[in-house]
Amino acid sequence: MGDVSGRVVRTRVVLGEAAGRRPVADSARVELAEQTDIGEALVKGLVRAQLALAVRLSLVVVAGLGALPLLFAVAPAVGRVEVAGVNLPWILLGFLAFPFLVLVGWAYVRWAERNEQDFTAVIRGPEA
Amino acid sequence: MNPYVVPGLVAVVLITVGIGVYGLRFARTTSDFLVASRSVSPAWNAAAISGEYLSAASFLGVAGLVLRYGVDVLWYPVGFAAGYLALLLFVAAPLRRSGAFTLPDFCEVRLRSGFLRRLATVFVVFIGCLYLVPQLQGAGLTFTTVTGGRYEWGALLVGLVVTANVALGGMRAITFVQAFQYWLKLTALAVPVVFLLLHWQADGRPAVTPPAGPAFSSATTVVIQQDAVLDDNRTVHQGDELTFAAGDRVPQVSSVDRNDGLGWLLPGGNASLFSTYSLILATFLGTMGLPHVLVRFYTNPDGASARRTTLVVLAMVGAFYLLPTLYGVLGRVYTPQLLMTGQTDAVVLLLPEAALGSGHLGQLLGALVTAGALAAFLSTSSGLLTSVAGVVFTDVLHSTQKTVRDFRLATVLAAIVPMTLSLYVANMDVSRVVGLAFAVAASSFCPLLVLGIWWRGLTDVGAAAGIVAGGGAAMAAVLVTVMGPPLHGWFAQLVEQPAAWTVPLAFVVMVVGSLLTKRRIPADIGATMLRLHAPESLRLPG
Repeated sequence: MGDVSGRVVRTRVVLGEAAGRRPVADSARVELAEQTDIGEALVKGLVRAQLALAVRLSLVVVAGLGALPLLFAVAPAVGRVEVAGVNLPWILLGFLAFPFLVLVGWAYVRWAERNEQDFTAVIRGPEA
Repeated sequence: MNPYVVPGLVAVVLITVGIGVYGLRFARTTSDFLVASRSVSPAWNAAAISGEYLSAASFLGVAGLVLRYGVDVLWYPVGFAAGYLALLLFVAAPLRRSGAFTLPDFCEVRLRSGFLRRLATVFVVFIGCLYLVPQLQGAGLTFTTVTGGRYEWGALLVGLVVTANVALGGMRAITFVQAFQYWLKLTALAVPVVFLLLHWQADGRPAVTPPAGPAFSSATTVVIQQDAVLDDNRTVHQGDELTFAAGDRVPQVSSVDRNDGLGWLLPGGNASLFSTYSLILATFLGTMGLPHVLVRFYTNPDGASARRTTLVVLAMVGAFYLLPTLYGVLGRVYTPQLLMTGQTDAVVLLLPEAALGSGHLGQLLGALVTAGALAAFLSTSSGLLTSVAGVVFTDVLHSTQKTVRDFRLATVLAAIVPMTLSLYVANMDVSRVVGLAFAVAASSFCPLLVLGIWWRGLTDVGAAAGIVAGGGAAMAAVLVTVMGPPLHGWFAQLVEQPAAWTVPLAFVVMVVGSLLTKRRIPADIGATMLRLHAPESLRLPG
């Protein structure tokens, strides 16, 4: 962010919505707003945490659902297993897949909001 | 003909137009028209998103595919629902925070590139049309199946109602229309299925896959649709009427592809591992790139509520997809003649009367599913038309004064092409074309959104190259599949289910292209990332 003379080029950040007009009091918010290295690192940390969460949960889906075609191909016997007269693949794909997806989604919403609260707490500082 | 159908259809159209006109009282400015002034509550919004999403392919097509092919095609409904999970995990909140209303807007916000914006516009219009044509076609086919009237009238009727509704009421109105239509569609499948299951139980649970192959449950007359050869070497011609007694085996017709017995019941019937994974990739990743889905996210007040709305949508859509499978399975027992005519998409419409008889109950439930099908065409085409019209309004007409009249003009312009097309291409396969639209979206907008939101290194040149390579390849595959000659062997698989190679291609080209043009990373990338990911509760000074 610095130019040749080492002077810091400052950029203002405007959020999409009508931003608050309160005067800036604490330092972390200044860091964030004025794009210093510390502010940049804070945002990078949040992005990394949210991405890691999303990737981890999508791996859960890949393992839980994405592996099924391969499993059915490698071990055809699995497809012949019957539960209450219905073949297992029908139960897995026709019914259980949907609550499973909702459960993963619910976990994501919870943890993603927690990540954001942690981020907000750092920015707001000890007084919040 | 079923006497309850026409009153049912008229009621759906009247309620749709009625809510549209009611909404008109609130639509005052262009921004009201486009985004409902962002004052829609999450429950309404989630129902509206679900109502908009559940199209003819979901309402009719999934059951038809299950009837025909069995367990392998259950990946369609699973993928259609899982697409919302991918959207939730990678796109929902940051996209809302970006403030982008359409995909071209997102290109502008994130990469500051006019060229990329125009490229995205081309893809939005292409995907929108690809998705609108089969909706109108489905409307025409339903009209023919139920009333015996002409295909063109059904397609035109739905086309005109939708155009008028979007042009007059805009999105504020259709938010309520869509929400109403979600509940209508859910009811229209859920109520009859209860009676169908009770009837099947009372019938002594006839086997879904009898050892000797599917059999007629009652005396049936089948009208052959295409010249073909039966599996007992009899040659039949279009218009031939064949009569079967209850218990007769349903012969295999050479013009109709289907799975029977274990091929229907167990995975791997005739779908290769490649085409299964290709389908999974297209549906899981394509949802986030559908233009009418993204527009809706702007109606959430902030990023966190966009996430919560998406979760509710996932639950609503998932609940809906439990139902079509049951229709497909019961269709094996009560409407096996569709396996001979090939009109399997009609199973949802025909099953209530076929199973429950043509008494009042069967007819009422038949009218209910038909009304639900009409709701499916109306809601999805309204949503698509609004989003395509929105893009035409801002990016093609370059409307500077943003008048309501210009938006209406854009709506009419956006409606003309698909309506004309739907009259001329009556024979395209509904579910397959919708699947192809997902493949194009997954190969163009999915990489753009995911990399744009999570990777600072994305550049406009890289993004454009990736969209042209992946999306262009998928687009070419679609055109060859729909209009080209029939293909054979592994090459046919690559073209008919292109997502497994076009999606990775788009990602790789986008990443490599961006790494080669590092100097073009926007200077304000830090600010953009902050805006995409920081919670709104942090009111930063501005």
